[in-house]
Amino acid sequence: MNLFSIFEALEKEDPEIYERFDTRRKAMSEFGRLGKKVALAALPLAMGSMFTKAYGKTMSTSVTDVLNYALALEHLEHAFYRAVLAAGESGGLSFPDVNARGAIREIADHEFAHASLLAGALGKNFYNSKPKMDLTGGGGSGNGPFKRALTDYDFMLQAAQTFEDTGVRAYKGQVTNLMGNNEVLRTAVKIHSVEARHASKIRDMRFKRAQAMGQFPEDRIEPWITRSYTGVEGPDYLLFDANYDGEANTNQGGVNVGMNLGTSEASATEAYDEPLSMAQVLKILGTPGAGAGTANAKFFY
Amino acid sequence: MNEIQNHEALDSKFANRRNFLRWSGGTLAAAAFLQSCSYKDDPMPKGAQANHHPEYPTIDLGDDDTGILNYAYALEQLEAAFYQTVVLYPRFRQVFTDQYEYRMLFNIRDHEVNHRNFFKAALGSAAIPDLMVDFSSIDFNDRNEVLAVAKTFEDLGVAAYNGAAELIASPEYLMLAGKIVSVEARHAAFIRERIQLNTFSKSAERTVGLDPALMPAQVLQAVHDTGFVKANFDYSGLPTA
Repeated sequence: MNLFSIFEALEKEDPEIYERFDTRRKAMSEFGRLGKKVALAALPLAMGSMFTKAYGKTMSTSVTDVLNYALALEHLEHAFYRAVLAAGESGGLSFPDVNARGAIREIADHEFAHASLLAGALGKNFYNSKPKMDLTGGGGSGNGPFKRALTDYDFMLQAAQTFEDTGVRAYKGQVTNLMGNNEVLRTAVKIHSVEARHASKIRDMRFKRAQAMGQFPEDRIEPWITRSYTGVEGPDYLLFDANYDGEANTNQGGVNVGMNLGTSEASATEAYDEPLSMAQVLKILGTPGAGAGTANAKFFY
Repeated sequence: MNEIQNHEALDSKFANRRNFLRWSGGTLAAAAFLQSCSYKDDPMPKGAQANHHPEYPTIDLGDDDTGILNYAYALEQLEAAFYQTVVLYPRFRQVFTDQYEYRMLFNIRDHEVNHRNFFKAALGSAAIPDLMVDFSSIDFNDRNEVLAVAKTFEDLGVAAYNGAAELIASPEYLMLAGKIVSVEARHAAFIRERIQLNTFSKSAERTVGLDPALMPAQVLQAVHDTGFVKANFDYSGLPTA
């Protein structure tokens, strides 16, 4: 069982983990009773066994696959925000104000909570070691195109927006695989809508930034996804293009929502977020275990 | 029915509105509030009817997935009617002077109208009738109040879709609910940011990161308590687990 190693890894990423142990107990209440006198250091393990009791016996392979996949995504998001916050502290990245940093901190905290929750839910079914990640998107080179996110605030927001939008789409792509396992489905949809709130906030931050700087895309940055528009101008859009594949869909359950429903086609595409399959997401982000130097090594390798 | 011009109706509705806003602006957990404010002198009838008003029509939502779709259709009707009233209010531009807010509220109106019309088309002959709504208790001249009501609608909508997920039998409908709920969550975060900075996901506990999920009985009770819908809902055909 790799639960210890995953929490060790999280501790390395998040030095404040021990401060969180106290409030972590609140997370437990989501899932049931836990003795109040459990030693703080034992909490992650206790949480894991609690989840194993709740899910372990009936967990199907496909649910396990979904949870491992979701865990990898949450790891990536959390590691990204931790690196961003660390760059802010070291001076490599400058936040425009404390509120912007506060928003990123809150989002980072949520991704950490999600990763902890999923690792606990998996318990003994946790079969990936922590995937190898390259936050620069360089497949292990440490020199990929996303390196700029740690020095360029606006590029960081573009990357964050795309991580969040992709996270929303990735969870959405798995909901039907969780049907019949109500506990896991309920947890997944509760995470899913929080990721959408993050996406909306990051887009709001991008709008304010563009407005303050008098930049062109001001009127094209909105809290929702219009058609399959990345919200990024210039050649950088290519880095984000695949993340928005299929977002311009206007056929919902056989109803053409783009016509005859009294709203514009653009607005109809905004009104529905579209799913991404696991294969699509791994093609965009790289496949854990693919190895450095392979064709689709990116964030995961 | 829309009574926004009828200012005389405001006073009689005021208590109800305040109750509603206390919920929307106060604590984060809608479910906790619902528990804390069950009316002892005005009990919910046991069984599956949110039926406090014999003078209003009772609308049967139907069974199983059709019932869930009608439930969502009812919520979308209410949201669409609300934003329609917001943007058509004669002083809308004076109340919402910020161009970004002004434009985004039109966007949200369009999304909700699209959702409403989608459910109507998808349900066909099984669709419930158009709901009678009454927003006369809302002061559309007051930006803060409009935003507070919007926040309540959006957070409630997110919690409603989250709770309904496990009740849906058809994978196709579950996917559709998923496509809509994340847009409602985007709305909720946007509206929350207009009210107070960095409250976009205060619906979730900081160290837990999970949004609420509410079951139809809880959601319809909350809708009833707003006084905005002139109808009773019979949701006895909806799945409960």
